[in-house]
Amino acid sequence: MSPTAGPRKQIHLAAHFPGVNNTTVWAAPPAGPTTAPGRDAARPPSFGSQIDFASFEHLARTAERGLFDFFFLAEGLRLREHKGRIHDLDVLGRPESLTVLAALAAVTERLGLAGTVSATFNEPYELARRLASLDHLSGGRAAWNVVTTSDAFTGENFRRGGFLDRADRYTRAAEFLATAREFWDSRADAGEPLPVDHRGAHFTVRGEFGVPRGPQGHPVIIQAGDSSEGREFAASAADVIFTRHSGLEAGRAFYADVKRRLPAYGRRPADLKIMPGVTYVLGDTPAEAQEHAAEIRRQQVSPQTALLTLEQVWGVDLSSYDPDGPLPDIDPDPHGELAQGRVRIADPRAVADRWRALSRAKGLSIRETVIETTGRQSFIGTPQDVARELEAFVQGDAADGFILVPHLTPGGLDPFVERVVPLLQERGAYRTEYTGTTLRSHLGLPDPARPVRKD
Amino acid sequence: MPVPHHPLRLAVALDAPQAPPPSDAAPYLALARLAERGTLDFVTLGDRFGGPGPDALSVLARVAPTTERLGLVATVTTTHTEPFHVSTGVATLDWVSRGRAGWTVAASTSEAEAALVGRRPAAPAAEVWSEADEVADVVGRLWDSWEDDAEIRDRATGRFVDRDRLHYVDFTAHTFTVRGPSIVPRPPQGRPVTVVEVADAPDAGHAERARWAVAAARADVVLVRAEDPGTAGAARAALHDRARAHGRDPGALRVLASLPVELESPADAVGLADLLGDWFAQGAADGFHLRPADPARDLPRIVEGTVPTLRERGLFRHSYEGTTLRDHLGLPRPASIYAPAREAVR
Repeated sequence: MSPTAGPRKQIHLAAHFPGVNNTTVWAAPPAGPTTAPGRDAARPPSFGSQIDFASFEHLARTAERGLFDFFFLAEGLRLREHKGRIHDLDVLGRPESLTVLAALAAVTERLGLAGTVSATFNEPYELARRLASLDHLSGGRAAWNVVTTSDAFTGENFRRGGFLDRADRYTRAAEFLATAREFWDSRADAGEPLPVDHRGAHFTVRGEFGVPRGPQGHPVIIQAGDSSEGREFAASAADVIFTRHSGLEAGRAFYADVKRRLPAYGRRPADLKIMPGVTYVLGDTPAEAQEHAAEIRRQQVSPQTALLTLEQVWGVDLSSYDPDGPLPDIDPDPHGELAQGRVRIADPRAVADRWRALSRAKGLSIRETVIETTGRQSFIGTPQDVARELEAFVQGDAADGFILVPHLTPGGLDPFVERVVPLLQERGAYRTEYTGTTLRSHLGLPDPARPVRKD
Repeated sequence: MPVPHHPLRLAVALDAPQAPPPSDAAPYLALARLAERGTLDFVTLGDRFGGPGPDALSVLARVAPTTERLGLVATVTTTHTEPFHVSTGVATLDWVSRGRAGWTVAASTSEAEAALVGRRPAAPAAEVWSEADEVADVVGRLWDSWEDDAEIRDRATGRFVDRDRLHYVDFTAHTFTVRGPSIVPRPPQGRPVTVVEVADAPDAGHAERARWAVAAARADVVLVRAEDPGTAGAARAALHDRARAHGRDPGALRVLASLPVELESPADAVGLADLLGDWFAQGAADGFHLRPADPARDLPRIVEGTVPTLRERGLFRHSYEGTTLRDHLGLPRPASIYAPAREAVR
């Protein structure tokens, strides 16, 4: 396929607020790649707050300056633990998504506002109401990233607990979303609301919905995840799928697989946008970008983080090991449960064998091994290189766009908007102004059909 | 009675009782900006959980960045909302408003609201208010679960937080448990302001007794619906006694008389100032929560007529002195309940 044949596919861009994760750099050296506003040279060098509203405002305004489709917030429902204690090495502490997004609606005009909210620890009526409220308060810019939560660990903060198995999580999520849509559709025209009367496996609810239909009809639905159940759920019900980024060929296979599932649900390929989450590092030369990237990896994997990552694989206490020394000879404990609130590693012995082989072959220390093995694929290079690569992914049908994950809060998006966006525009692959006001219009999604009223 | 020497507190409800609540932001923004021009302590926004209207917490979050000093108090229903979500939602309003958040504790006995959620049947007032008390308790503990200085960003040890300053709340209530800690760091006010609305007498039935119990135990601000200054003053004294019985300092409790107002002419606005000044002089309340019949008509009259008259009489501020809602109310920023325990261990 030639990228120049026919009209150029337009790239969709979204911004992930870095906040809580193990890749957000919170203690960069003074000469770091981005300078946070207002940093006091006398204090230990660190970047902006992950919680002050100014950080959210800065990143959202930057994304809107870059004409992004939406701003994306993750969710936290329980602080992670390691060895039975609160994990203290990464950024932690974050606000509640929908409240922050409502406030961001005040300081932006066009940017979509996407919040991650668990379908496990909320109820359809209350969440449908909050999302419809956000859609009104933002003039049609609300989106919900539907996630499910299965672990009893997180459930300890909630009435409902966390006791659904994997399959039930998606049936509950699907019924949750369908029920929310019944509420939204019950106000499909200006007349009196139609009472909802839903009886299902997970929910039995009835009554009238108090918020009129929002400017977008339904908020945009995002689904995060790559599993087969997740793909099917996305094909049936989502507008955007937030996937992992894993190279051009794997991306094309994922893209083709997901788009192929759509016709079974009466949907067209353009009805579901595929947006991998990606990181990037820019430099004036390719070598400088690589140097920056290596420095960022060292900041992301401190000696303490290297040992902790190793413990998550081995399942045993490794605190006596030297992070600058060789990997342990002992085998992992497949039943070790040191980490809570993280994705489990399916086969720790296989991972350990692989890491030890790599360490021996290249002569890597523990920390160097972790740096090498846990790095995510990233777009690294000059702004020209990065623009060209991003476009190759989109024109090559490996993605419809990207959710950019900066590693600095809140200034990490600035260089991208200043240096890469203009190049994408020059290539004719990216908008030069917003053409609509709602998130659905940015994404080129049709408004959901208004159900026919049966009186 | 002695003339109170602290300034009068003044709050106003944004709800329009007679009209369907708007869903878009513009009417709320206009009213909130007006209230801020009148240097009011705070505005309240009710949340008709099962009725018409948008989510109040979201509306006030939308208002927050376009105001600078005004306190923002949203009603939150404890019966149908997870306590953990109540805690993070209100704490987040405090973060986005930089210390101006409060919440009015509400409970629901309605079958219609229970059916919308479908989680459990409706329960009598005594039960849902007893649960509201537990929710308000755990919400406060979750706000305290991060000590103020928990975030250390210590490069030498690689630690972002000092986990000794994060606390499990391990709260067991009758209908829920919460392990904690919060995911939201301690908000700017430490604890956002907790508001409880009550009728003027505690013995008006089960529901009212239960609300009074929550007010005495948990509230920073109590809104008393009173018909005359004598009843309001008696309610204030009774609330002080009950707060004292809970081991609380009654001086840290603000009791506002909550009055419906309908200002049909600009002259009514001055008449209102007379009435408020009179009640205040009689020690009826620490201030007032006004509930306009039509906020779009009445609030401009309050700001342009009532407020200037109160200012002329030296009863009301000319400008904000502090930046947080606690500052406006003269309420101290509380220390985390977990901080002293840590000090004692050292």
